[in-house]
Amino acid sequence: MKYLDEFRDPIAARAMLEKISVAASREWTIMEVCGGQTHSILKNGLDRLLPRRINILHGPGCPVCVTPIEMIDRAIEIAQRPGVILCSFGDMLRVPGSRRDLLSVKAEGGQVRTVYSPLDALEMARKNRDLEIVFFAIGFETTAPVNAAAVYQAATEHLDNFSILSAQVLVPPAIEVILNSEDCRVNGFLAAGHVCAITGYSDYEELVENYHTPFVITGFEPLDILQGIYMTVVMLEEGRPAVNNQYRRVVRRDGNPEAKRLMGKVFERVDRKWRGLGNIPGSGLGLRAEYAAFDAARKFGLEQYEKEEAGECISGLILQGLKKPFDCPAFSERCTPEHPLGATMVSSEGACAAYYHYSLTEFQRIKKNRNE
Amino acid sequence: MAEENNKATGCPLPLSNYPRILLAHGGGGRLMHQLIDEIFRASFDNPDLETGHDGAILGWSGNKLVFTTDSYVVDPLFFPGGDIGMLAVYGTVNDLAMCGARPRYLSASFIIEEGLPVETLRMVAESMHRAAVEAGIAIVTGDTKVVEHGHGHGVFINTAGAGSLEHDRYIHPSKVVPGDVVIINGDIGRHGIAVMSAREGMQFETEIESDLAPLAATVARLMENGVEIHCLRDLTRGGLATGLIEIAQTGKVSVVIEEKSIPVSGPVRGACEMLGYDPLYIANEGRFVCLVPEKDSGRTIEIMRSLSWPATIIGRVGEGQLGLVTMIGAIGAERIIDMLSGEQLPRIC
Repeated sequence: MKYLDEFRDPIAARAMLEKISVAASREWTIMEVCGGQTHSILKNGLDRLLPRRINILHGPGCPVCVTPIEMIDRAIEIAQRPGVILCSFGDMLRVPGSRRDLLSVKAEGGQVRTVYSPLDALEMARKNRDLEIVFFAIGFETTAPVNAAAVYQAATEHLDNFSILSAQVLVPPAIEVILNSEDCRVNGFLAAGHVCAITGYSDYEELVENYHTPFVITGFEPLDILQGIYMTVVMLEEGRPAVNNQYRRVVRRDGNPEAKRLMGKVFERVDRKWRGLGNIPGSGLGLRAEYAAFDAARKFGLEQYEKEEAGECISGLILQGLKKPFDCPAFSERCTPEHPLGATMVSSEGACAAYYHYSLTEFQRIKKNRNE
Repeated sequence: MAEENNKATGCPLPLSNYPRILLAHGGGGRLMHQLIDEIFRASFDNPDLETGHDGAILGWSGNKLVFTTDSYVVDPLFFPGGDIGMLAVYGTVNDLAMCGARPRYLSASFIIEEGLPVETLRMVAESMHRAAVEAGIAIVTGDTKVVEHGHGHGVFINTAGAGSLEHDRYIHPSKVVPGDVVIINGDIGRHGIAVMSAREGMQFETEIESDLAPLAATVARLMENGVEIHCLRDLTRGGLATGLIEIAQTGKVSVVIEEKSIPVSGPVRGACEMLGYDPLYIANEGRFVCLVPEKDSGRTIEIMRSLSWPATIIGRVGEGQLGLVTMIGAIGAERIIDMLSGEQLPRIC
């Protein structure tokens, strides 16, 4: 398939692995920020093909995983109200709130619909003026412009039966949390290509200046990721951190000005709680005052809803690169792919599940040494 | 259990024990297997059910009957490459074929929603007749029920099939041994994508047609030519991945497949890329895997190709961890192929 097969070519991938091996004179720890990149790394086994000197950590870039429990509870509460249809991306339906998930609400007769875009929800609002249509707006900078477009359009058409439950988050503030941690082990970052396609990368230039850490804007195919790692290693070896753009076929320095303009018109930065990371100032997008009528939390009186998260799962620390799955006391004992305690063990491609599948023997050896 | 899980975690995890039925319980993945094991197998407990086969092999006075049933609830009723009637015939015929049986008789029960145009039902029935003739099976009994408007989806069809077992071979995952070769009769994922594109109104550059097809004649030809078939599995809900996991777990063997050998058409790959689906888990209705000893693999492929199937070897049964399916990726790393915990859901970004 043109534009995909070129970036999955095994011969080119092996050549790039060799270049990384030659370039890396010592151990480097690199974090990929985006869940799509995590998926690609594990699916293609890049973490196991890379030289051992290159340590890959998986960042907080899965919008489903980082949506806090209280936001899911709000969505569930809304979906149970009569005369409401809650529209959501499919991924979100099976993530539990404090007691149950949206799939259960749907099974009990709640009006929950899977949509591919907020514009589908908008269309539903046009066709069902007697019903309240709520779009569960989760995601990073990638999805925010379309959400903004939906709200803007609803306002233009005076569709007062449409609203969004905004759980949108921004990547750079989360990276800053990781960099500010005393225990930060990350030497360089692969920044998410799709996010930068919208925002550009001036935010990352600021981060480089403040934290002297290299960033490479990277795509999602195996060769994109390997090249991103190579470019990061070269900067680290030379001691000259900067922002490099590996994903030039999609990303420009200034991003997409029209998308940014629309986002800025409809949304403003707000403090936002992340699942596993806690409250991060200025890390979320909320509706501006002039669009407050389209804020579902306000419309349904759920603004003050708070919920504390409890538990022994250390997925939050793993996503920040502060812990490895082997550091978790529950790993492979109380937490397995069949009985997972947290997000990173849930799917076979999560970080903990991947360690469980591919490195269990090594873990047993380490544990034996610890006990001796 | 779900309550306990939620107390014990600080981050999201899918629930596994639901108090009510979800759509995902019919998706062919882990939830459906859980339902079958914990409800049906536990309630209907008997040795014939325990074989975990596509059909039950029943015997008396030296004769052997293979018996199976399936229900069809596809939406929309007509999709590129087929319709619910054709599906209801071929699906059950294929289950008989996967047991190595010759399809003989079929029952057809209809649950019809009030308001369905009679002409639609006629088209479905005629399609079933054509499919039955092609598959060499007779529709000999049936039933009709009508439910109120809003309590069905046009028409649901249940078919039960009876076939004769005319040989002494036991084709079953328990017969699979290390060294066996895994052969597939064509590319994967067409049916699931064709139905979804018709349902969701998605337009792709090339129209993707379902792979819906009867498989009994192909199996019969392999057997007539003396191929030592160890196991057959049609790759319906849950796709290639689930089919192979079921074989590995029931047969207590490991299976290793190679990503580069698995045929996926360009349009299906494109649709999966766009939606974030893995073609390994997409439903098929005319694809099956055949596990044979190495010595018979060349002949199997030759026979299948003579019947116009673009058959190919996709993997082997190994000596590794029992019940495990792994895939060697295009770049050379191996990964586990796991059963889906629910339905595949489209990705966010």
